[in-house]
Amino acid sequence: MRTTVSARYLTLAPALVLFAGIAVVPIVELVAMSVSQIDWVQGKAQWRFVAFDQYLRVAGDALFRTGVANTLVFAIGGVLVQMLLGFALALLTTRITRGRALYRTVFILPILVPGIVIGAIWKLMYNFDFGVLNQLLGVVGVRPVDWLGNTSTALAAVIAVDVWHWTPFVFLLMLAGLESLPQDVYEAARVDGATFLQELRYVTLPLMLPTIVVTLVFRVIVGVKVFDEIYLLTGGGPGTSTEVVSYTIFRRFFTEGQTGYGAAMSVVVLFALALAFIVATAATQRRRTL
Amino acid sequence: MKQATLRATATHAALLVAAIIVLFPFVWIALAAFKTQISLMIGEVLFTPTLAHFDEVLFSGASDYLANYRNSLIIATASTLIVLTVATLAAYSIERLGWPRWLVHGFLLGAAVFNAIPAITLVGAWYVGFRALGLYDTYLAVILAHATLNLPIGIWLMATFIREVPHELEEAARIDGCGTLQMLWRVIVPVVMPGIAATAVLVFIHSWNEFVVALNLTARETATVPVAISKYAQENETKYGAMAAGAVLSVLPSLVLLFFAQRAIVRGLTAGAVK
Repeated sequence: MRTTVSARYLTLAPALVLFAGIAVVPIVELVAMSVSQIDWVQGKAQWRFVAFDQYLRVAGDALFRTGVANTLVFAIGGVLVQMLLGFALALLTTRITRGRALYRTVFILPILVPGIVIGAIWKLMYNFDFGVLNQLLGVVGVRPVDWLGNTSTALAAVIAVDVWHWTPFVFLLMLAGLESLPQDVYEAARVDGATFLQELRYVTLPLMLPTIVVTLVFRVIVGVKVFDEIYLLTGGGPGTSTEVVSYTIFRRFFTEGQTGYGAAMSVVVLFALALAFIVATAATQRRRTL
Repeated sequence: MKQATLRATATHAALLVAAIIVLFPFVWIALAAFKTQISLMIGEVLFTPTLAHFDEVLFSGASDYLANYRNSLIIATASTLIVLTVATLAAYSIERLGWPRWLVHGFLLGAAVFNAIPAITLVGAWYVGFRALGLYDTYLAVILAHATLNLPIGIWLMATFIREVPHELEEAARIDGCGTLQMLWRVIVPVVMPGIAATAVLVFIHSWNEFVVALNLTARETATVPVAISKYAQENETKYGAMAAGAVLSVLPSLVLLFFAQRAIVRGLTAGAVK
């Protein structure tokens, strides 16, 4: 068919133009900025070539290192708890018949709410003076805790917010996965007298593995991007206890106006995550073909 | 028999507790929006409701909230329309128009890699680039950024939905002399309408909720709802009441969608992850 060839290009072209203009060109620009010292004189950018100086600074930036470490703790720690809780809740839900739709509706709600609103909600809940958590502690006679203002509790507190926000998403995907599993395998297992744990270990988990892997990768990606809740709840503090890498980039680039240096940091994070994603994809695909 | 009843009760109890934990914070902020500042500060549980915070957020001269709401609607609607058009065309192209397999895989991998990159790493380049083009603090800058950020997920979802359309439909239409683009418009699009609805709802919500791009590419003229809420929370003294009222108003579109388009939401969230 002759028309197909031009139609092929025409249909793909808009996506390629958008990706090229709004993704590829800015990434090239970012690389150019990262090797330049950029000063803003009367609203105009003045560029000066500085080679790799700013990359060396990134390597020695203590705040950046803290940001990377906290991001990993936040993303991996938070997601593991979400996976366990979400899977357990989904497993429970498959055992009930009445009310399943209602629970599903309730659990979708947090997924649809802006990160900033999630932050606003927990700013109220965690407030030292009048937050409901400290009020409840007061009822049982425990002294109030400065959840977000204390270096020993702040990171755990924002991870708890993330768990509250995203466990419902894991639940939703796990429930959809469990509902789509073939029922005859379970009947066979029951005929063979399998216990609940054996059924979980030898039937449910192997069948659910693809869904679990996809959900896990997806959640870690979103977890690593965390910004909104940190911006609203702690601003990276107290000290550097909740500093995450997105926030460090924002701080260096926008708050401190270090355009070139912020770009260098962005390039490092961007390529590191792209590489990590490609490696993870290759690894999971190899496992699936085996 | 007795044990089975006990187990069912325990299951329901556990799910009920989970549902309360999920819902309580929403109820709490909704209540806070109706409390006076004093009632908030002393942590009253029983209080006389007031509309003062809503009045301040919506109608006071110092508040831009209504303009922010309009901005969010314009930006989310426009970026959703762009994603739907571009993603449907691209998904149809890679699924049905005979591109070499390596090219399709490369394209999808590239889109997925882009999706894994935090927006904040690109915002700096967008800020400098859009400023140079005179597009800083315009709708177009945020719309283009939101559309591009959501394009990978749009293509991914639309490709999943188009893949499921039986080839026989196209063959029948081809015999009737249907051209390639006509085929997409007359045969594929009507069949994948539920998928398009799912993609639309999801992309709209993503754009409506997005914060870090909007924070750095907009100023007073084009600021969106999340930026407005963050201002209430970030001023020297947090305006808890106004923040709560703004937050409550901001989730209304999502609540409407949850009520009327829940199937589309579930389809969009689970497609691709669950076979």
